[in-house]
Amino acid sequence: MKARVFYRTLLGFGIGYLFVPVFIVVAFSFNDLQGRRNVSWEGFTLRHWADPFKLPGLSEAVLNSLTIAFLSALVSTVVGTLIALALVRYRFKGRSTTNLMLFLPMASPEVVMGSALLTLFIVAQVGRGYTTVLLAHILFNLSYAVVTVRARIVGFDRHLEEAAMDLYANEWQTFRRVTLPMILPGVLAAFMLAFALSFDDFVITNFNSGSLQTFPVFVYGATKRGVPPQVNVLGTMIFGVMVIATTIYLVVQARRQKMDEAALAAGD
Amino acid sequence: MTARSALATKADRRRRLVPYALLAPGMLWLLVFYVVPMFRLAITSLQEGSLEQGYQFTGNLDSYASVFTTYLPQLRNSLMFAFGATVIGLLIAYPLAYAIAFYTSRWKSLFLLLILVPLLVPFLLRTLAWRVILADQGVVVTALKTIGLLPENGRLLSTGWAILAGLVYNYLAFMALPIYVSLDKIEPSLLEAANDLYASPWTAFRKVTLPMSMPGVISGTLLTFIPAAGDYVNVELLGNRNWTMMGNVIQSKFLVIIDYPAAAAISFTLMAIIVTMVVLYVRKVGTEELLT
Repeated sequence: MKARVFYRTLLGFGIGYLFVPVFIVVAFSFNDLQGRRNVSWEGFTLRHWADPFKLPGLSEAVLNSLTIAFLSALVSTVVGTLIALALVRYRFKGRSTTNLMLFLPMASPEVVMGSALLTLFIVAQVGRGYTTVLLAHILFNLSYAVVTVRARIVGFDRHLEEAAMDLYANEWQTFRRVTLPMILPGVLAAFMLAFALSFDDFVITNFNSGSLQTFPVFVYGATKRGVPPQVNVLGTMIFGVMVIATTIYLVVQARRQKMDEAALAAGD
Repeated sequence: MTARSALATKADRRRRLVPYALLAPGMLWLLVFYVVPMFRLAITSLQEGSLEQGYQFTGNLDSYASVFTTYLPQLRNSLMFAFGATVIGLLIAYPLAYAIAFYTSRWKSLFLLLILVPLLVPFLLRTLAWRVILADQGVVVTALKTIGLLPENGRLLSTGWAILAGLVYNYLAFMALPIYVSLDKIEPSLLEAANDLYASPWTAFRKVTLPMSMPGVISGTLLTFIPAAGDYVNVELLGNRNWTMMGNVIQSKFLVIIDYPAAAAISFTLMAIIVTMVVLYVRKVGTEELLT
């Protein structure tokens, strides 16, 4: 009983600690500051929320971040799903090499990956900008997409696919009607994770962006002059959208699972 | 051979090629944008020259010598901060993961989610928030002064402590999550058995829980140490010039004061340190475990 109280208190403190910066980011979007340095509380105002996009360059930066996040998440999820299917479903030579190849990007510090890509683009005389950032984001998202989808495929029943094949569905029909619906939650989770990782990436982007502005690049540039509160407004909006998206995903998943269980119970 | 079995072998062969077809696009991507760049980085580190006159490959190792002479302080800072952040992170994350795994009953997933939610705030903004927390007139500094842990004119912002605070905070979830996963896998019956055999709670923890949570501890350690060793953002935003790390040198030599060979050599050295750690890890647990 004592241990229970102790550990729950500890957990409370731990989560409190983790949320202090979250609270500060949100609170300082309402800070009525007079100067440039948004680091001390000067009163409450809603004026930064009235027109957060009025700040020159901010809306373009956010737009770039959004489209890069969408495209890189899309490509890395599709390509990553194929790899995950190969890893779970098939026995083949070169499996451990594949695992290692997927692990290495996750184990590489971002500065190393960013700078290595930069040396490639310099030698290949590719100008840094939107395309190079997109290529880089697909790269670092790929391994995470594989891991996420794979976790979902590992647990599911192969017999359903075999049943479909027995009923004369060809491989493509089996994939579209049986496999895909089953792994879809994993694929969706991979997409969301990749989107979030891409949107928030600063280091690799910084090495390969040239003069392109993304949201993190914009924020970093602003730290030199003092971060405008509009950046906190955007940060809060992003946070809010992501929390809502995650909640919807989890609620839908839980409901789906309940329905599956009910169907199973009814079948018995 | 009959026509029928020939057909079967053909179908067989096709089936055997399926996994490779599935792997091809992703592996090609990794080859072109990961493996090739790493080689480019290695080649660049062995070049000589300047931005104006161009760089020639000479197999020159001077850049590597400079890593261990000119940039020794940065190398030391990287390893020191990464080590510090890992140890402190472990000390905070382990009890948290332990509390979630064993003391939250049916609210497990909710608490786990609460650990992860702060990651949804943009990384740079989360880090900048520490400027507010550690500000000279802030609550933390005032409290530390009151209890005498900080001298009257002392500060936290722009010191090594601020960098450490930022690093610990930013990577804590990556430490806590794998530890939780391995703690959660432990069968309660194992701990009951230890109890039945007159093991004290401490002995049971030491002999059962701790060894079984080691895979999580190792993953968490790697997931904290690797990004922390390569970090330069926390130093830029929270620290000062005296505490620059390898990442700062790589960033400035690639993007500000251009010196590609030196930057590449530092980058490659950092990668070598990490790869050595990962190899030791792989030897222990095998490649399948890496991706889970």
